[in-house]
Amino acid sequence: MARPKSVASMKPGETAVISGFTDEELSIKLLEMGFLPGTVVRFNFSAPFGDPICVNISGFDLSLRLDEACTISILD
Amino acid sequence: MGSKKRLKIALVGKPNSGKSSLFNQLTGLNQKIGNFPGITVDKRMGYCQLDEMTSAEIIDLPGIYSLYPRTLDEKIVVEILTDKKGEYFPDRIAVIADATNLKNCLLLLTQLIDLGLPVVLALNMMDLAAKSGLSLDVKKLARQLDVPVVMINARQGLGLEDLKAQLVNAATPSSKKIFQPLNGVTIALEEIQKHFNLSTAYEAFQYLQQPENLLFLSHENRLFIKTVAVQQNFFPHKYQGAETIHRYGFIQEVLDAVIIKSGGHEWKSLSNRLDKILTHKVWGYLIFFTLLFLIFQSVFALAQIPMDAIDRGFADLSTFMSKRLPSGPLFELISSGIVPGIGGIIIFIPQIAILFGFISILEETGYMSRVVFLMDKIMRKFGMNGRSVVPLMSGLACAIPAIMATRTIDNWKDRLITIFVTPLMSCSARLPVFTILVALIVPQQRVLGLISLQGIALMGLYLLGFFAAMFSALLLKAIIRVKERSYLIMEMPTYRMPKWSNVGLTIVEKTKTFVLEAGKVIIAISIILWVLASYGPREVMDHSRTTVREETKHLQLTEEVFENRVAAYKLEHSYAGIIGKWMEPVIKPLGFDWKIGIALITSFAAREVFVSTIATIYSLGSADDNATIKDRLKDEINPDTGGPRFTPAVGFSLLVFYTFAMQCMSTLAIVKRETKGWKWPLLQLIYMTGLAYVSAFIVYQVLS
Repeated sequence: MARPKSVASMKPGETAVISGFTDEELSIKLLEMGFLPGTVVRFNFSAPFGDPICVNISGFDLSLRLDEACTISILD
Repeated sequence: MGSKKRLKIALVGKPNSGKSSLFNQLTGLNQKIGNFPGITVDKRMGYCQLDEMTSAEIIDLPGIYSLYPRTLDEKIVVEILTDKKGEYFPDRIAVIADATNLKNCLLLLTQLIDLGLPVVLALNMMDLAAKSGLSLDVKKLARQLDVPVVMINARQGLGLEDLKAQLVNAATPSSKKIFQPLNGVTIALEEIQKHFNLSTAYEAFQYLQQPENLLFLSHENRLFIKTVAVQQNFFPHKYQGAETIHRYGFIQEVLDAVIIKSGGHEWKSLSNRLDKILTHKVWGYLIFFTLLFLIFQSVFALAQIPMDAIDRGFADLSTFMSKRLPSGPLFELISSGIVPGIGGIIIFIPQIAILFGFISILEETGYMSRVVFLMDKIMRKFGMNGRSVVPLMSGLACAIPAIMATRTIDNWKDRLITIFVTPLMSCSARLPVFTILVALIVPQQRVLGLISLQGIALMGLYLLGFFAAMFSALLLKAIIRVKERSYLIMEMPTYRMPKWSNVGLTIVEKTKTFVLEAGKVIIAISIILWVLASYGPREVMDHSRTTVREETKHLQLTEEVFENRVAAYKLEHSYAGIIGKWMEPVIKPLGFDWKIGIALITSFAAREVFVSTIATIYSLGSADDNATIKDRLKDEINPDTGGPRFTPAVGFSLLVFYTFAMQCMSTLAIVKRETKGWKWPLLQLIYMTGLAYVSAFIVYQVLS
């Protein structure tokens, strides 16, 4: 089975719907920040070396490291 | 008629919600800044008159998103809010919410409601919310949550009277129960609630979820909770996630009901356009390093004028006092020990004030989170994070404010590594030592008619310090093990103008902290050093004048030259001199003699003292003229070789030693304060001195 796509694989300007998490410990923190399954996430831009990245979640801009972003699964 | 009341009020809210602005508005200069006992988290308290009858003690708690903490800062908030018998447990809580981003702010509020705490919701940044087009029914929001809701503008101080009035009245908690713990845990909760006599089920749920974070619980109590958890098959992670999803469901329902028209994002377009430039792969770094350079230059150059004035002022005061006060050991201690000691503390104030002025502006405008964003990946390779850049670069001016600035790093390991390596960055106090030694051993020549050799040597020393810092960070990254995971899930706030009164209050706060807390250690060490350098065995010291007179009677010395000789004789026979001679065998492999040894001891107070000690020991009187000192050092003969004492090998060895050695008691004092104990400053002292010794040894042995 192919691994589900994650926020880390998105491109600037792209939007997607969050489907779940792959890291339980981190997911609690992410949920609190508003990364709820079913919510739309927008990839704003990434830092010059590709990491970290800046995303928008319900009107709120956040930065994430790639190894944090890759635990957030998305639906295309 | 009611009697006068004193309420304890806690301000809580997520980072960047305007909590500090509100705190500053409510308390003004009536603030007491300190640490929470045992940990390095800033404790900000202040006083405020709510109405004629009621005054309030206000505590500004660190920013949090929910009651489940990850960092030290967040843990203290949870502990205070759940420890009903605790010293800081509030009578009322004001939750500050960013109205442009209500959803995230309400999560914490719903948890506080379930804990049964009396809260007032303050909707901040209503001006921005209005600009975005948001329109909401505030009365309905208050009804739905059953808590008082007030609209404020913390930056301009609008709506504060309303907030104060609501804080006086809001004695009863909300009647809402938002999250009902799931069926599987009811027995466990009942047991805990009964055992601890708790008023709400959610409080019991918190005990069950995170006993290890509630430090007020005794060991037996924690054990009791853990036993209950095991008996009832309880796993914390699963329930935390479910709780958050449930709460957001409730919040969405409330918002759907009260929002008349939701806001757009057009008001952020300027901020977004700025981000395109400020986080650009070329312009972003260019702008950041230009800013950093300007900050570093200001700390370095702007501070010089007041620092020189302070230096001269205290020197004059010391001389004046020693002339006017009656002679005797106690008065000498005051005029030559304590007064210069206090001067040694005050002299850091300009640099601290300037650096924190800039840092506060970077934070206030929202630019700091972009700095973190730009630098995080690079700094992580060295075991630090994006927030380590500003402290590290500030270390080029002075390690004291730089180490104080590491408080913005919320991960403990990253912070510790940054604190540990910052003193290796060459600070401005090394410069006087560097310039005199470089001038002594590097010829004043230019390569290709442009580049001065001395300049290259100086730059090399700065680079050496920088690489040593980075190398040490890598080393520590491999050694230190901590359980705490490093996160960078961080808000990128919208850019805005700084609020100048917040900048001013930060400067006052940081300066006060330094003077009051690091000052004690600095005074103590400087007095010890003064005693070592001015006292010695009585029989020798008491006859110093007659001995020097005897030795020099065939020379026609002027009074001034004679006095300088006496001073040199006294230093040589003081306890510092004795130690210097005693440690000569140890420092000989580095090419140093006992005279340099004495300078090493006295310059532990601060590196620049090296120059004045050298001046005294070579009977030069005051150290005003670098050229005189240089010439005198040039003439100094090494009795073992018959050649000059300060050969290039000795000079470079000494330069390398000063680049690496922790020759600064003030740095030790501030590291002790920031790490809460003597363990880390002592390790740092041993490591840096060891590194300095070994490197100087290699340099001397290779070059000579």
